Amino acid sequence: MAAIDILGLAKTYSVGFWRKKPKCALQPLHLSVEAGEIFGFLGPNGAGKTTTLKLLMGLVFPSAGSARILGMEINDPQMKARIGFLPEQPYFYDYLTATELLEYYAQLSGVAAKERSRKVSEVLARVGLPDVGGMQLRKFSKGMLQRVGIAQAILHDPQVLFFDEPMSGLDPIGRREVRDLMEQLKQQGKTVFFSTHILSDAESLCDRVAIIHLGELRGVGAVADLTSSVQGQVEVVWQGNLVPASLKAFATECHGTGDTTRAVVPEANQDAVIDALRRERLRIVSVIPVRTSLEEYFVLKLKPSEAAAGVRS
Amino acid sequence: MKPSRPVTVTASVLLAVCMLASVLILRRLDHMRRGATLQEVLYLSSPKVLKRLSLGYDGLLADIYWTRAVQYFGGKHFAGAQSYDLLAPLLEITTALDPHLTVAYEFGANFLAPKPPNGAGMPERAIQLAEYGIRSNPDDWHLYYNLGFIYYMELRDYSHAADAFARGAAVPSAHPFLRIMAAQMAQHSGERRMAQMMWATTYQSTQDPNVRANAVTHLRALQVDEDVTNLERLVSRYREQAGHLPSSFSDLQAVDLLAAIPTDPTGHTYKLMPDGHVEVRVPDDLPFIQKGVPPGYKPPPPKFLPSD
Amino acid sequence: MRSVRIAHIASNTFREAVRDRVLYNLIAFAVLMSGAAILVGQISIGIERLVVINLGLTAVSLFGMVIAIFIGIGLVSKEIEKRTLYTVLSRPVQRWEFIVGKFFGLVGTLVVNTFFMAIGVFVALLWVSRRFQMADGWVLVALYFIVLQFLIITALALLFSSFSSPLLSAVFAFSLFVIGSFAEDLRGFAAMAQGAARWLATGTAYLVPNFSTLNVVSSVAHGQPVAAQLVFSNTLYALVYAGMAVSGAVLIFEHRNLK
Repeated sequence: MAAIDILGLAKTYSVGFWRKKPKCALQPLHLSVEAGEIFGFLGPNGAGKTTTLKLLMGLVFPSAGSARILGMEINDPQMKARIGFLPEQPYFYDYLTATELLEYYAQLSGVAAKERSRKVSEVLARVGLPDVGGMQLRKFSKGMLQRVGIAQAILHDPQVLFFDEPMSGLDPIGRREVRDLMEQLKQQGKTVFFSTHILSDAESLCDRVAIIHLGELRGVGAVADLTSSVQGQVEVVWQGNLVPASLKAFATECHGTGDTTRAVVPEANQDAVIDALRRERLRIVSVIPVRTSLEEYFVLKLKPSEAAAGVRS
Repeated sequence: MKPSRPVTVTASVLLAVCMLASVLILRRLDHMRRGATLQEVLYLSSPKVLKRLSLGYDGLLADIYWTRAVQYFGGKHFAGAQSYDLLAPLLEITTALDPHLTVAYEFGANFLAPKPPNGAGMPERAIQLAEYGIRSNPDDWHLYYNLGFIYYMELRDYSHAADAFARGAAVPSAHPFLRIMAAQMAQHSGERRMAQMMWATTYQSTQDPNVRANAVTHLRALQVDEDVTNLERLVSRYREQAGHLPSSFSDLQAVDLLAAIPTDPTGHTYKLMPDGHVEVRVPDDLPFIQKGVPPGYKPPPPKFLPSD
Repeated sequence: MRSVRIAHIASNTFREAVRDRVLYNLIAFAVLMSGAAILVGQISIGIERLVVINLGLTAVSLFGMVIAIFIGIGLVSKEIEKRTLYTVLSRPVQRWEFIVGKFFGLVGTLVVNTFFMAIGVFVALLWVSRRFQMADGWVLVALYFIVLQFLIITALALLFSSFSSPLLSAVFAFSLFVIGSFAEDLRGFAAMAQGAARWLATGTAYLVPNFSTLNVVSSVAHGQPVAAQLVFSNTLYALVYAGMAVSGAVLIFEHRNLK
C-alpha cells in the first residue's frame, strides 16, 4: 500500500479584492509515495510545494481531486494521529517553554498522559536540544525553532512525516543532523515526504524525487534513474597529453589537465575509443558513464531563465 | 477533502437558532426594562457633569438625549400617562449639550408647559428653558415666540407675553406676526383670533411633526368652537324670527340664514339638538374643543401625536 | 476526547495570555482603585461609595473590553501568521474545536482578570465605607453582568478574527462595543425614521449586541436591587449571543483556505 496517494489534486485561488481572477496554484497532480521512502518534492520558490503540503494537511481545500494518506481520507482524525507536519519557518507561542509547547502538542495528538514527559525529553534530545527545554521560545534562535518544529512533528511517533523546507534556517551542522535524522526515520520504517529547493539535500537523501514548477509536475523518479546517463555518454580519462586522431571525431569534449587528458564520448563509440587509446599504448585511468547531476536534470526540466531565478545548490 | 458537512450544518443551525433566540430574549428584556435607559437621567441629571463626561462628543450626545426626550414623551403620551417628570431634565440636558438645538426649545414650549395629559405641566421650567434658549441664540425669533406662547397659552400673562413678542419682533428677519401679536397682547382682545393666529404661526414655522400635529389639532378645535358659536347664534336668531326652534339645519337654509349644511374639520356634519344646542358627531376625534360637546362629556386623553 | 482537546487548547490560550503579561493591567487597575479610594475619601463626602462603585465597575468593564478585543482579534490571525495553527490542525484537532477552545481560553483569562479586579473594587469599597453593606451584594451582580459582556465581545472579536485582519477586527469589534452600548438609543432613532431606514435601523438595533441591558452600574451604585428575572434573561441573552458569534466564527473558519 502506498503511504501517500495523490489523485489529481488541484488548487485554483481567486485573487484580487474587487474583480476576482482565478490563479492556478497547482495543476492536477498525480503522485504516489511508497511506505518507507524518503520522497523529495523539489521546485523553485513559488512552484506549488507548500500548496501541495497544505492540501495534504487539510489546511486548504482542493478545487479538484483527492488524496489519501495511509489509505485514509485527509480529514480523518485517525490518520492525523499518525502523521507529523513541519510547516515552513515555524514560530511558536513565544511565552511557552519548549517542554510546555511539546507537552501541549502531545496532548493534542492524544499521547497518553504518563508517556508525555518521557517522550518530550526524548524528542528534545533527539533534535539536539536536550538542555533548553525550560527556556521560553521567544529566546530561541531561528535554527533552534526549526529543531523544535521537527521535534513537534516526530513527537508522537507518526508513520508518515511531512516536512516543508526542513533545512531552511539551519547551519551546515544542523543540516547534516536533520539529514541524519531523516535517515534514521527511514530506518525505523517511516515515510518522509519533504519539500526543498536545495538540490544537494535531495540528491544525497531521497529515494525518489518529484520536480514541480509553476504548479505543474515536471518529472518524478528515483534519483539514480533521473541522474543516470540521460545523454548516453561516457567519460574517458587517460595518462599523457596525446589525443589520438580517430578519437577527435567522436569526442564532444576533450581537454588536458596536467598529465592526464579527459574526453567525453557517446556510449556507442566507447569500444572504438578504447581501441584507439590502446593502439597508441596510452594508459587508461578510468571509463565512467556520465551521470548528470540532479541539478542539471532540474535545469533541463525547467526553462533556463526560470531556473536561474529560483535554484541554488 | 471538503469542509466538514456535519460541522457546517450544525454551526448554521446553531447560528440561526441563536440569532432568533437573541432577538426574542431582547424583546423580553425590553419589556422588563422599559425606560431603563432613562433611569440614567435620574443618576446623571447634572447637564454640566454630562457635558464633561461626553469627552467632546457633546453634539452626538445631545442628539441622543434629544431622541430620548422625544421617545420618552411620545411613549408615555401614547400610554396615556399623567406625569412626565423626566421631560424637563431630558430637554435641559439636550440643550446644555447643544445649546443651538432649537427644536428642543420648541418642543419644550409646546409640551413642557401644558397641564397633563397634554404636557408635563411645568410652565416655570418651560419658561426657564425658553429664556436659556434666547440667551444662547439671541437672533432666533422662534425662541421669543415660544416664550410668548407659553406666557399667553398657559399662564394668561398678557404683559409678559407682549414683552416676549415685542423682543422677538426686534430681531432682524422676525416673522411680521410677532409685531401684531405684541400689539394684540397689549389689548388682550379677541382671544380666539389670537389663539388661532398663534397656532397657525406655530404650524407654519415648525419642522417638528409632533409640534405640527399638535398645532393642527388645536386649530381644528378652535374652528369647531367658532362654528358652534356661529351656528348657535343663527339658531337663536331663527327662534326670534319664527317663534320656535328649528328642527334641523334645513330650516335655517329655508330662510336663507345658512348657505349650506355645515361640517366640522373632520368632515362630519354638526348635530342640531332639540334644545337648540349644536354638537359635533364624534367629540373623541376633536380633542381640546370647548363647545359642541354633549352635557357631562369627559374627553379621553388627546392623541395628537402620530401614533407609533 | 473531543472536550479534552478543547480544554487543552483553552488552557494553552490562557497560559499564553497570562505569560504575555496580560495580567499586568491589574497593576494599573490597583493604582487607579487605591488612588480613587484615597482621593474620594477626602473630597466627596457622602458619595464615596457611589464614586468607588461607578469608577471601579466602569474600569473593570473597560480594562476587560480592551483585553478581550486586543487578544481576541489576534487569536486566529496570529496563529496563522506564526504557522502554529498548521501544526495544531495537522493533528487530530478539528477546526471547530480550535475555535471553541480559543474562545473558552480567552473567556477564562478574562474571568480570572475580573476576579482580581473585583477584589480591588471591594477593598476600595471597604476602605471608604469601613464596612460592607447588604447593598454591596448587588455589585457582585453588576460584575457578573460585566463578565457576560466579555463573553459577547470575546465571541465577536473571535468572529472577526476568523476572517479579517487584526486591525480591521479591532475596528469592527470596538465599533460594535460602542454601538451596542447605545443599542436602545439606536432603536429610538429607528422609531423616528421612516420607510426603509426604519427597517434597517430596527434590524441593526436588534442584531448588534445590547450592552446597555448588561450595564447596571449606575443603579447598583445607588444600591438598587437587580431583579432575578433580569439576571436570568441577561444570562440567557449573553449565552445565546456569544453562541451566535462563535457559530458564525466556526462556520467561516471551517470553510476558510488557510493560505
